[in-house]
Amino acid sequence: MTATAAPPQAPAPTEPPVHKPSVRKRLVPYWLLLPGILWLLVFFVLPMVYQASTSVQTGSLEEGFEVTWHFQTYWDAFTEYLPQFLRSLLYAGTATALCLLLGYPLAYLIAFKAGRWRNLLLVLVIAPFFTSFLIRTLAWKTILADGGPVVAGLNAIGFLDVTSWLGMTEGDRVLATPLAVVCGLTYNFLPFMILPLYSSLERIDTRLHEAAGDLYARPATVFRKVTFPLSMPGVVSGTLLTFIPASGDYVNAELLGSTDTRMIGNVIQSQYLRILDYPTAAALSFILMAIVLIMVTIYIRRAGTEDLV
Amino acid sequence: MTDKTAGGDVRLSGISKHYGTFTAVHPLDLTIPQGSFFALLGASGCGKTTTLRMIAGLEEPSTGTVHLGDREVTDLPPYKRPVNTVFQSYALFPHLSIFENIAFGLRRRGIKSVKKQVDDMLDLVQLGQFAQRKPHQLSGGQQQRVAVARALINHPQVLLLDEPLGALDLKLRRQMQLELKRIQTEVGITFVHVTHDQEEAMTMADTVAVMNGGRVEQLGAPAELYENPRTTFVANFLGTSNLIEASVESAGPDVVVSASGTTLRLPAARCSTTPRTGGKLLVGVRPEKVSLVPAAEENAIATGRNKITGRIAASSFIGVSTQFVIDSPVCPELEVYVQNIERDGRLVPGAEVVLHWNPEHTFGLDADQDIDAGIETVEESA
Repeated sequence: MTATAAPPQAPAPTEPPVHKPSVRKRLVPYWLLLPGILWLLVFFVLPMVYQASTSVQTGSLEEGFEVTWHFQTYWDAFTEYLPQFLRSLLYAGTATALCLLLGYPLAYLIAFKAGRWRNLLLVLVIAPFFTSFLIRTLAWKTILADGGPVVAGLNAIGFLDVTSWLGMTEGDRVLATPLAVVCGLTYNFLPFMILPLYSSLERIDTRLHEAAGDLYARPATVFRKVTFPLSMPGVVSGTLLTFIPASGDYVNAELLGSTDTRMIGNVIQSQYLRILDYPTAAALSFILMAIVLIMVTIYIRRAGTEDLV
Repeated sequence: MTDKTAGGDVRLSGISKHYGTFTAVHPLDLTIPQGSFFALLGASGCGKTTTLRMIAGLEEPSTGTVHLGDREVTDLPPYKRPVNTVFQSYALFPHLSIFENIAFGLRRRGIKSVKKQVDDMLDLVQLGQFAQRKPHQLSGGQQQRVAVARALINHPQVLLLDEPLGALDLKLRRQMQLELKRIQTEVGITFVHVTHDQEEAMTMADTVAVMNGGRVEQLGAPAELYENPRTTFVANFLGTSNLIEASVESAGPDVVVSASGTTLRLPAARCSTTPRTGGKLLVGVRPEKVSLVPAAEENAIATGRNKITGRIAASSFIGVSTQFVIDSPVCPELEVYVQNIERDGRLVPGAEVVLHWNPEHTFGLDADQDIDAGIETVEESA
């Protein structure tokens, strides 16, 4: 009830009524939320529900699929494709580590040393996105081609002996080996590592570096005790943005790998599109989601980012 | 460790700093005695912070050397200098607790048992109960004290303070000035304090160096600088001065000058330049040294005092005193501060008045300089 609606002879209301927003005004935030919620509903929740139901169906394409609550599919899929799951996590993990090793120095350079080149370098970081993901990955096929200069060079410096000892290459080939897939993953997801790293490094007050130096920290200690801890939010979001999509990726393994380097993404893709075993494909997708979710939760807990805001 | 008698002086010899074609600090010689509270005072951009940063090692001097005691530290990186800084923005480590912030310097020097020292330091700055908080959970004044504690715990030979009170409100600033002064007396470390606040410099420091345009204009004890400014910049920047352009009638131990027909006297000893008969001189007097009487009472003024007639243009009552602006043929806008002991109802705008003061309270400056130097900057920082 607003004051204007009160009879004029009524005693003055105890609370000032003018500040009460109208019902319409109070609903505005919800109206603004609506498009996003609808979008999520249609393109995220519904497909998830549909996939969940698919994963507990049995049948075949000819006879049709039916929900039979057949949870056995999950266990069967998991045990049958365990090697691909492990391989996916291994490749994604290696690629994430490489992205961090390559991306951190670059992000550091752009944030603190680039001066007027900063914007240009940032544009160069995202420049690959102007070309299609597929084309860029195909280009790596040429780069890593047998007998090409890159492979010859790596061979000459003995790099391939090391990777071959690690089981990442075979003989003097790079293409169709785990190394090629990891290279592709690293290359394709590197910007997703650099950008969050950059944005969290860039926010660090450089006077903190001066203060640390003033308090007897040599440059390496300044990095270890001040810069790196303060860049943790960037490290965490960068590794997540790299690891999560990399673990579900199938393009790199498809184009740069062989049957021995199939990742779980490749299995899901072929279950869906070639073997047409929809329940298994859906179950694999949910298992992958669950594994990634658990790993990410543990990781965030361990990294303790909430402390760094 | 260090020689307490003479070893700890900070000596800057011919030190300067250029950025491209811009000269931030002109070659400068400065000795800051061990244990003193030294202030570098000036408007923003005068080179005071650059000078401080060169002592800290955060800025490399273009020429010259920095000595701490007998040891040359010009080429030492900051982390090797026995000097600590309290930064203007405090620069506390946001990811570390107050305890770890204060322990930072000790830990970097490989000291393992820091608890006792850190606790003592927390007590000194009265922040004992905040040890486990993060910097952002503290108020500005508390953060400032953490910044001081974090630097002091290392017992530096010199503590550098870069406008450490700039971000605090007036009341807190006064409180912290006394606090810092107390700490300095207690620990006996050399403090070099950079500020643009002349009152702050005068309250806290034993010695003040007034800087302008990358040079030290004048150096001395606060009272000395205030009473005997040697340049118009110092006269105007430290407090307010009435500067009157005059020509010298006769030079001697007592200088007689005339300005627009009014004759004024001042002791030659209080002139920063040697007055020559027939030459020009800027005659200065501080507003609080001047007395004001209505024109009708001119005869009651004792003989031998400097007198100027004029008309009150404006007056403002500020509690302890009333500030008058007087229009006079000798000089437009003379300022006079009158203590509010007995307020004279006749001293209102428009009244004809006579200003008079003891000739001993007059100082003389070289007329070859900008009479308004240092005025705008005071208004900006006030």
